[in-house]
Amino acid sequence: MSSKDSTKSTLIIALLLCVVCSILVSGTAVILKPKQDENRVLDRNKNILSAAGMYDESNAEGVDVAELFAEFTPRIADLRTGRFLNPEQVDDLGIDMATYDQRLVINDPAFSEAIPAELDQADIKRRVLYPMVYVMEKDGELDNIVLPVNGYGLWGILYGFIALEGDANTVKGLAFYELKETPGLGAEVRNPNWRALWPGKEIYDDSGVVALHVGRSGGATAEHQVDGLSGATLTTRGVDNLIHYWLGADGYGPLLQSIRN
Amino acid sequence: MTSTKKVLFSPVIENNPIALQILGVCSALAVTTQLSVTLVMCIALTSVTAFSNLFISLIRNYMPSSIRIIIQMTIIASLVIVVDQFLQAFFYEISKSLSVFVGLIITNCIVMGRAEAFAMKNAPGISFLDGIGNGLGYSAVLILVASIRELLGSGTLLGFEVLPLAQNGGWYQGNGLMLLSPSAFFIIGFVIWALRSKRKEQVEIREYRIAPHNISESAF
Repeated sequence: MSSKDSTKSTLIIALLLCVVCSILVSGTAVILKPKQDENRVLDRNKNILSAAGMYDESNAEGVDVAELFAEFTPRIADLRTGRFLNPEQVDDLGIDMATYDQRLVINDPAFSEAIPAELDQADIKRRVLYPMVYVMEKDGELDNIVLPVNGYGLWGILYGFIALEGDANTVKGLAFYELKETPGLGAEVRNPNWRALWPGKEIYDDSGVVALHVGRSGGATAEHQVDGLSGATLTTRGVDNLIHYWLGADGYGPLLQSIRN
Repeated sequence: MTSTKKVLFSPVIENNPIALQILGVCSALAVTTQLSVTLVMCIALTSVTAFSNLFISLIRNYMPSSIRIIIQMTIIASLVIVVDQFLQAFFYEISKSLSVFVGLIITNCIVMGRAEAFAMKNAPGISFLDGIGNGLGYSAVLILVASIRELLGSGTLLGFEVLPLAQNGGWYQGNGLMLLSPSAFFIIGFVIWALRSKRKEQVEIREYRIAPHNISESAF
């Protein structure tokens, strides 16, 4: 047995390698973390602006995302009461507005709950109880409400934002920032031409029930219907489901109802 | 051809890791729908192969043979994590579309294969070049596949419109098959076919030949 194959040198080499590699890996992760977090926040903010029709990916030069985004105020909604939480309640829950990420607390029972299977239209298993909603006021009037939504498409969960006008009924736009749909088919939910169908559509009918339908018209009136994507039936259905779930009684329905009244 | 040149460029055509050795096909299917994403993947894989070859070659004389593969995997995995972190920090959009495939470079047979077959037996300098060479071979095939898929599937190249799509008011009807993974299989198959018709020495010798089906008279 040569010296390098002895038990002692095997252990020493293994130990040294582990130490060197772990320093390399953790060093890189720690050094680059601030930059990565910045990217993640910037990407999310861009999508919020994009949903609200204030940011265009193809014409983004010279646009100051931070400046535009500062027009929005983040608020924490309570899905069970259908009201916004006031700052004291937010403090009581231990939510830090600057760092709160509703996707990180989705498995924390204090912030989320399981959705009973028969109500789980969007097929997301759990819902967060305190989503962060972005509102913009103009001349003292509510002008823009951006709501985070998610739902299962064909290959995985789509994450996005839907923006509503101050009347809490008319759609301003829809943007998905994370999805696993097929490029060229389901992923066309990001296509500007398809997204251009959304502004001006109305969510609720006169009785306050979600009437907006994505897919074939099926008798729905023009303001309540968005054409589906051809070749992407299941993704279209997923978008339809998530709209019905999140804007319905289990989602933001009560919150939007209280805003309308 | 000098040996340096040979090490660097022979993997591109003569000894291509994808077309001849049929290694690393998994990521060739997954990341070739868009050319820009493919380019980043190629750079990532080339740098991982080159540096893993370099480091493994540096310590090859001290490596206990019983844990040799584990050591190689640890080095490769560490490098891949570093590359992944780097992409998330500086190329966020692209790292989002590459998603899990950067991490899967760890299991890419090209990286492991070159470490075991070349870096374990050669000096650090030439091993580094061998890593780059094989990365280039991988890149050549991927870039070809991605160009065909993006052009015929989405009508664009590097995101610029080449064939105006019907859904955007143009004349070209995008080929949906090109956007799905199986199309990469067909394209790589055609590449291998073309390469082997041109260079007969790449054709593998048949291991067996199917005998003609003849009915023996004595059976009746």
